[in-house]
Amino acid sequence: MEYSEKVMDHFANPRNVGTIEDADAVGEVGNAKCGDIMKMYLKISDDGVITDIKFKTFGCGAAVATSSMATEMVKGKTIQEALQLTNKAVAEALDGLPPVKMHCSVLAEEAIHAAIADYYKRRGLNPEEFMGACDMNCDTCGKH
Amino acid sequence: MERVVYSDNAATTPISKNVYNAMLPYLTTGYGNPSSLYSLAREEKKAVDQARMYVAECLNCEPDEIIFTSGGSEADNMALKGLLFRKNFPKNKRHIITSAIEHHAILHTCEFLERIGYEVTYIGVDEQGHVKMDELEQAITENTALVSIMAANNEIGTIQDLKAISALCHSKGTLFHTDAVQAVGHMKIDVKDMGIDMLSLSAHKIRGPKGVGALYCRKGVVLEPLIHGGGQERGKRSGTENVAGIVGLGEAMRYAKEHMDDYLPYVASLRDRLIEGVLKIPYTRLTGDPVNRLPGTASFVIECIEGESLVLRLDLAGVATSTGSACSTGSLDPSHVLMAIGLPHEIAHGSLRVTLGEQNTVEDVDYLIEKITYVVKTLRDMSPVWDEKMSGQPMLNLFDK
Ligand SMILES: Cc1ncc(COP(=O)(O)O)c(C=O)c1O
Ligand SMILES: [Zn+2]
Repeated sequence: MEYSEKVMDHFANPRNVGTIEDADAVGEVGNAKCGDIMKMYLKISDDGVITDIKFKTFGCGAAVATSSMATEMVKGKTIQEALQLTNKAVAEALDGLPPVKMHCSVLAEEAIHAAIADYYKRRGLNPEEFMGACDMNCDTCGKH
Repeated sequence: MERVVYSDNAATTPISKNVYNAMLPYLTTGYGNPSSLYSLAREEKKAVDQARMYVAECLNCEPDEIIFTSGGSEADNMALKGLLFRKNFPKNKRHIITSAIEHHAILHTCEFLERIGYEVTYIGVDEQGHVKMDELEQAITENTALVSIMAANNEIGTIQDLKAISALCHSKGTLFHTDAVQAVGHMKIDVKDMGIDMLSLSAHKIRGPKGVGALYCRKGVVLEPLIHGGGQERGKRSGTENVAGIVGLGEAMRYAKEHMDDYLPYVASLRDRLIEGVLKIPYTRLTGDPVNRLPGTASFVIECIEGESLVLRLDLAGVATSTGSACSTGSLDPSHVLMAIGLPHEIAHGSLRVTLGEQNTVEDVDYLIEKITYVVKTLRDMSPVWDEKMSGQPMLNLFDK
C-alpha cells in the first residue's frame, strides 16, 4: 500500500489544523469501523459562506490527508456547495487513495455534514429540511 | 534527512558482514549442485553440511534433525501439515492446539486445516501475552495431534515458558511445535532441555538472508513432505538446495551461538534505555511482559494518537518502526495480538513497535526517543481525543453502537 505524493504532502503539512473558539458550527464524527475520529470547526457568515474552517483528527495518514484536503475544498464555499462535497471528490483531489483506505476518507465528508447540521440546529432549524433526510450511516445527525 | 535509524529488526534484519562474506563464494564461483557426483560440486555439499552442523549446534540437536526450508513460513506449514498429512497418521488425531497470538504463518495454516475438516483450538493469553496454561491443559485431548505455541511474539516480544508448555504436552501424550522465528538468535534455545519436538526458524531475523530457514524435527517424528521431487533433505524437502542462502543461515547461527553472551545484554540495555525514555511520554504503556521479553523488542501503546500516522511521521524523520493499528492492518481491526491481550480498540489504535538489533547504538536510541516524543506531541496537538482527555470531558461514545 502506498500513498500518493499529494496524500503525503497533506499528511506531513496538514492545512487548517486547529480549533475555532467562537465557531458557528462544530461537527465530530467517528469511524466505528477503524476507530478514526475527526472534529471540524466552521465560521459561517450571515449569507451562508464558510469563511473559516479548522479540524482536528485522530487517525491514519489517509484520515489526516482527507481532512486537510476537504477543509481546503470547502473554505470560501457556501453551505450548499459544501454539502455537495463527496469523499470521492476529496480522494480524487489527492490523486487517489489505496482501496483499503477509502473508508477513512468518508470521515471528512461526514464531519462537514455534521458541522452543517449543527449550524442549523443552533439556529433552531431542522437540518433535514435543508440537507434532506440523512442517508449516511454515521453520527451526523445523531439519529442512528 | 539528518539521520536514518533502522529499528524494525523484528520485520527483518540487515545482513551482517560475516554472513555476506560467507555467502559470496556461493553466489560466484561455488555454483555446483550439491547432489552431483563430480568434484566441482563437492565444495557445495560440504558447505551445506557445515551449515547444518552450525544450526544443530546452536539448537543442541543432531544435524540430521535439521530440514532446510524457504523460511519460517514454510517451516511452520511443514510442521503442521506434514504431521497431519502423514501416511498412517492415527485417524482420531485431527485436533490441533495453538495460541491466539501466533504469526499468520501458523494461524492461516490452521484456518486452512479447519476448512478441510480438522479441528483447531486457539488458546487465549493473559494481558502480558502469556498462554493460559489452565486453558491449554483443558484443551488437550486424546485426539490432539500437536500443540503449536510460538517461543516469542513478534509484536509484543513476550517469551513463553517453553519448558512448562512442552512438559504439559508430553504429560498428556501430544507433540509440541514452536515457531521460534523471533526467538532463535535472540535467546538461548536448547531443544533437548526445553523438550521441543519441532521448531521453526528463519535466517532473515538473525542477520541472514531472506528466503531461507529451517525446521528442527526431532528424530522419531515423521512428516510427509510438502514438496515432493528429487529427494533433497533426505527426502523431506525436495528442490535443489539454496546453497548460498543455507550457508548464510549457517553462518548467522554460528555467530549467534558464539557471540550471544556478548550481544544479548548489549541489545537488552539499548531496549531498556529506549523503554525508559518513551515511557516518560504521559499516557504511554509498555505492552507484553516487562521482564521476559525479547532483548530487542520495545512495544508500546500511546494514547490519543493513531499508529499509522505515528509510523509515517517517524519515517519522515528517518526512523523505521511499525504498528498494529487498525488503519495499518488493511483489515479494519487492530492486530489480533493487541486484541488478544485485551486492549480496547481505541488504545490498540496507538500501538508502536520498535525493535533493535546489535547494529544499533546508544545514539540511535537517544535519537529514537527524541523523535518519538516529538512526533507524539505533534500528533496529540492535532488530536480531538487528546483535547477531550485534557479538558476532562468524556470521550464521545462513538464506538458503543
Ligand atoms: C513469529 C514469526 N513466524 C513466522 C514468520 C515468517 O517467517 P518468514 O518470513 O521467514 O517466512 C515470521 C516473520 O515475519 C515471524 O515473526
Ligand atoms: Zn484510517
